Amino acid sequence: MSEPSRPEPEALLPEARREGRGRLKVFLGAAPGVGKTFAMLQAARDRAAEGVSVLAAVVETHGRAETEAMLRGFEVLPRRTVYHQGHILQEMDVDALIARLPGLALIDELAHSNLSGGRHEKRWQDVEDVLAAGIDVYTTLNVQHVETLNDTVARITGIRVRETVPDQVLELADEIELIDLPPDELIARLRAGKVYVQDQAARAVANFFAKGNLTALRELAMRTAADRVDAQLKEHMAANAIEGPWPTQERILVVLPEGAVGRDAVRIARRSADRARVEWLAVALTSLRAETQRDLAGDPGTSSLRLAERLGAEVTVLQTERDAAQDVLDFAQKHNVRRIVVPRPAPRARLARWLSPSPHEAVVAGLLRGATQFELTLVTDEESPARQRQRRRPARADLRAQLRPLGLVALAVGATTLLALGAERLIPVLSLSLLYMTVVVAVAAKLGRWPSVAAAVLSFLAYNLFFTDPRMTLHIWNRGQFVTLLLFLAVSILTGNLAARLRDRAVAQRAISDRTRKLYDFSRRAAAAASVDDVVWAAVSHVAAVLECQSILLLPDESGQLAIVGAFPPEDRMEPRELSAATYAFEHGEPTGKGSATLPASRWLFLPLLAAERRIGVLGLAYEDGREPPPGDRRLVEALADQVALALERVRLADDLAQIRVASETERLRTALLSSVSHDLRTPLVSILGAAEGLTQPGLTAEARGTLAETIRDEGDRLDRYIQNLLDMTRLGHGALKLKTHAIDLRELVGSARNRLRGPLRGHPVEVTIPVDMAPAQVDPVLIEQVLVNIFDNACKYAGPGRAIRIAASQSRGRAVLSVEDEGPGLPPGAAAHVFDMFWRAEQGDGGQAGTGLGLAICKGIVEAHGGAIRAEAVHPDGRGTRIVMELPLWNPEVSA
Amino acid sequence: MTAAARILIVEDEAPIRRFLRVALETEGHVVSEAATARDGIALAAREAPAAIILDLGLPDADGISVLKTVREWSQVPVLILSVRSDEAGKIAALDAGAQDYVTKPFSTGELLARLRGLLRDRARDAAPAALTLGPLAIDAVEHRASLSGEDLKLTRKEFDLLWLLAGHAGRLVTQDMILKAIWGPAHAGDSQYLRVYIRQLRAKLGDDAADPRWIFTEPGVGYRLADR
Repeated sequence: MSEPSRPEPEALLPEARREGRGRLKVFLGAAPGVGKTFAMLQAARDRAAEGVSVLAAVVETHGRAETEAMLRGFEVLPRRTVYHQGHILQEMDVDALIARLPGLALIDELAHSNLSGGRHEKRWQDVEDVLAAGIDVYTTLNVQHVETLNDTVARITGIRVRETVPDQVLELADEIELIDLPPDELIARLRAGKVYVQDQAARAVANFFAKGNLTALRELAMRTAADRVDAQLKEHMAANAIEGPWPTQERILVVLPEGAVGRDAVRIARRSADRARVEWLAVALTSLRAETQRDLAGDPGTSSLRLAERLGAEVTVLQTERDAAQDVLDFAQKHNVRRIVVPRPAPRARLARWLSPSPHEAVVAGLLRGATQFELTLVTDEESPARQRQRRRPARADLRAQLRPLGLVALAVGATTLLALGAERLIPVLSLSLLYMTVVVAVAAKLGRWPSVAAAVLSFLAYNLFFTDPRMTLHIWNRGQFVTLLLFLAVSILTGNLAARLRDRAVAQRAISDRTRKLYDFSRRAAAAASVDDVVWAAVSHVAAVLECQSILLLPDESGQLAIVGAFPPEDRMEPRELSAATYAFEHGEPTGKGSATLPASRWLFLPLLAAERRIGVLGLAYEDGREPPPGDRRLVEALADQVALALERVRLADDLAQIRVASETERLRTALLSSVSHDLRTPLVSILGAAEGLTQPGLTAEARGTLAETIRDEGDRLDRYIQNLLDMTRLGHGALKLKTHAIDLRELVGSARNRLRGPLRGHPVEVTIPVDMAPAQVDPVLIEQVLVNIFDNACKYAGPGRAIRIAASQSRGRAVLSVEDEGPGLPPGAAAHVFDMFWRAEQGDGGQAGTGLGLAICKGIVEAHGGAIRAEAVHPDGRGTRIVMELPLWNPEVSA
Repeated sequence: MTAAARILIVEDEAPIRRFLRVALETEGHVVSEAATARDGIALAAREAPAAIILDLGLPDADGISVLKTVREWSQVPVLILSVRSDEAGKIAALDAGAQDYVTKPFSTGELLARLRGLLRDRARDAAPAALTLGPLAIDAVEHRASLSGEDLKLTRKEFDLLWLLAGHAGRLVTQDMILKAIWGPAHAGDSQYLRVYIRQLRAKLGDDAADPRWIFTEPGVGYRLADR
């Protein structure tokens, strides 16, 4: 049987957050008197009916009969008495509450401020302690007590409450239930005296409970609750394909068109989203063409997108082909967006716009035209001078790069002309134009659009010069020839364009799939990595291989200093200058070093690794020859850096969780071991000492003497087996168990184990059913003998005096299956799954047979170390009798010959 | 019952030495004791004991180094006291020339039986033509063996194997020792042959591996023929 599969770290994360922590449910109301406490008690009643132990820690009934009737039947926690400025007051007794450890605690009035002498100043802090103790909490809260809404409420009602609860507390709530009561009804309840209002002046109360106020507060409460509900609603809408925008909450979308910077647009979108307390999204537009351009200087759109991600936006990269604006509108519609923020393109002359259309302008124009149902905000896009310089430089390099193809084009057209001159006698003159056409298409496919246009024009001129009359001039006599020639020009430019476009697309696809593959490869490697070291190694080796550079990864050590944890090729030192560049990148969260704006003299480029809001470390890369990383690669590296950061974060969280588990498990085992040692080590000693004492008594018969000696020997043997088990456990625990397997007949092992257990086996008939011609098992004989000794020992203990023990073995599906049965009372229900747990027996209390709770755990450890499996089951359908079955590998002559 | 002999105990634990002395002296042997490796070697040289009982864990040196030193000048039978988890030490000691071992904790009866095996073996070296072990009779000259008067139909290799085990009756014979003696030095390590022959021999002796009366297995180490 294979080892149980290790749980995926991701699967553990939500568990980590929840494990051990109680769940918080908030009953949220717009104003006092809406019936929060009543609703809370009602919900608690349901939980109590489910069997949860409910404790009313603080429930303010304010003397209301219906609420008091609801409270009846619940256990009420006695309050703690506090003397405050001469008054005797009562507070919640947090310590008693936690000590009582109920399944669910009812704690009214989350915003309450404690009097001095308690654990904390505020009740919500007490509630945190209670949750941390693993107790679920139901609590109540009025919306005016929510810290960030406090101002708004004060503005609406003219009353400022002093007791507030930070918003995070609400965010931590697992569930929020809105207790809603229409304002009219609430006012009616107030008039009927059903609403208790804390010592507030009557006039203020009247003001507070004005209908307009209550309506506003109700809106506010609904909105706060809706913040939570929104996410679920969105899922529901999407799942049921309901078209947006939905009237839940208006989200804000910031669009980053290709070529735009948009940092300010991102900031403004964020600010508006914060102010309106809504979610926001960012979408960066990219086209196939952009993917092919290796000279995206610093890639402004991408860096703004990263900024948006860090500021909390949900980000997406949208690949658009033709109508980018329509794609954005579709996206906005689908994501329930009401407001779109987009950077305004820099103003340009109409002619310039017409000559070189920018995708940015096209998107903005398209949005202005099509975004009828959205609110559109244009934000002036800043172009920093440094950025402009950076953008111009590659353009010059471009020019040089484009001149070379032109030379090639001239060469190709010249060669074709020579060929055509030679072929003129064989082919009709008009057909010669096809030769030129071929060249144009070839150039388009090889070199792209502009060279193909150049080739078309050159071919046109050459044909005109050499093959139309009058020759060697650009004049054309024949009108028909003139038209043909013009058509030739038009057709060659068209076909050239088509071919060039196909080529562009192929190149772009290749670039995209290449990048996707590299990212995917890495995420696959990172997902398989189980430890920080694995992720580090995967990261540095992958970056180095993909970019053909040196890579290095630095993480902060315990003191917060960056230290090298991995490098490819391996490296464990770094110059102080480089280290300070790395530290800068880490502390400021910005790319630093070669090719960046900060400390460009460094040989390395360092990228910060950021996950959520945490700085994790720094990834560095450098080229052997000291060149800058190409900007096109920068994008890939930044994406890789994000993935590395995420992978590290994931592993770290999983590690934390595992450590906590190990610690608690260790503690449990320590306790069990102590009880086991004190009980099981001592029991045989008591018999031995007693029997030895007895032997010294005068006048003992020979028979009595023999019995006492036998007791000493048997108990000594037992002690020895126990110590052997402790030793084996230690060896198993330290992984120091080295198997020395041989081919060995199970009959022989059974024989030698019986030999060792002669004492306990005395009086038990043993039946052995093992085919004489059974193939040998491939096992470590010493260890498996120990397994058999432990199992036989158990069987003797449970079989009952004089009862038979049956041992059987057979071959099944390439494995040896060995079983040991006794006719004892059998395992208690549900125990079969636990008998192999360490100290399981010991934890069942000190009843019945002496045992260590180690024996079967060791059996399991040893059998599994062999790649085998072991289980326990009942012999008879009514649960009587215990059978231990183990599977062991058979001898394979081909492997161990 | 063997004749009285001088036995040297090299063991650092006084209680073990004490009960061994009592048991051995009851058998009529003369006992010398050493608590350290150094004293053990010195006594082995000075007193020329008939057998040595040697603990592997000594305070000043490894028991194996004592064994190796003694083997430089003497073939005196050595019985090793080992602990169960120390398989490697046990094998190393047998390789270094120890004749047998008992695993701590051991019963006095077991130890005395092993010791008898070692002492008688020395006596037997002179006349190896025929052996009788209870109902089992083996004639090396005639190449015949019989059990309770019934002829055993043994192949040549089976007979060799039985003869080897019988010659060391009551004593451990390691797998390597058997393989080298019967199949030749080239086959040391081919424990598969041995497993098969032992199984056949057991069948012919009417012995059950799961409840042995003749051939006892020492898992992973070797075999021992019952001494009757």
